[in-house]
Amino acid sequence: MSERRVPPVGSLGTLSMVLTIASVIYLAAYIPNVPPLGPAIGLMAAAGVVLAASVVLLARARDFAWHSFKLVFGWALVAYIVIAGMLEYVFLYDHTRGGVLALMTLSLVSFTLNVPLLLGFGVARHQPA
Amino acid sequence: MAVATASAAAAPPASVIPASIVPLRGLPIVGAVLVGLVVAIATDSHWALNFFHVSGGGAWTALDLFLGLILGPIVRTMSPQARAEFTSRYMPKMLLIMPTLVTMTLGSGFQLARDFGFLDTSYPRHGWIVASFILVGVMTTIALGILNPAGLAVMFELRKPQPDVMLIGRLMKRYLYSAGITGAMQVATLVIMTRLPT
Repeated sequence: MSERRVPPVGSLGTLSMVLTIASVIYLAAYIPNVPPLGPAIGLMAAAGVVLAASVVLLARARDFAWHSFKLVFGWALVAYIVIAGMLEYVFLYDHTRGGVLALMTLSLVSFTLNVPLLLGFGVARHQPA
Repeated sequence: MAVATASAAAAPPASVIPASIVPLRGLPIVGAVLVGLVVAIATDSHWALNFFHVSGGGAWTALDLFLGLILGPIVRTMSPQARAEFTSRYMPKMLLIMPTLVTMTLGSGFQLARDFGFLDTSYPRHGWIVASFILVGVMTTIALGILNPAGLAVMFELRKPQPDVMLIGRLMKRYLYSAGITGAMQVATLVIMTRLPT
């Protein structure tokens, strides 16, 4: 059975995750000080652009198992909203504020969307349309 | 025809295929663990945080090493039928266990590091802390970008009336190789974690 041609959503999603994680590591490396936010903003912006590109490419895909994708994406999204909520709680509890909190929250949004996207796509690409 | 015969031969017995991809009976345990973690962070109990970090990190490391270095090579030599049966029993449990262990370890670890001042740039071994961030980042990318999607795709394929044996083989190879890589990286994590207090 040959695999269908699918957009590179897996690669783009992973790239978006790498950019997000790099931004978080940069910020975390300076705790409790606040580093220049430019590099972190740049990395998060790039992560957002790559994530948006993968969503657009996926939305234009034909012969795709949308039912399987929605099933996995939906449940994974519920799970990762819980996980992201816990992490946001830790940031607030640790008095993270201002630009750093905004960037960390954006990184959680990226994480919460990317992981279900990767899981849903990883399953649906092998399912009949 | 040959593929169809091989697929049928590799399909696990119906009794082995779980009713749901995620074992629902395990969800209350996962919920209890997560509530415990929130309480540990909220109360800043160093004993509870240490418990979550050491037990979660130990189990995560041991599982990764065991899967990558011991179980992986064994599974690769199994017959397609045996491999399918093993996978159909093993994967659902891992879908609950691994994310729970990772959340336990990282959530409590971050709080402990903050409390002990390890996150502070003035900490003499801050470089090791940043190195551990990078290691965790790489392992997270591998786990969420490769390992989990492959594992989940195998589970969905196994539930088909005629599973594609070749596809399952490819996905399992990807799963086991990436587990081996994270297992090797866990050794580096152990070096860093034992370096910090000494």
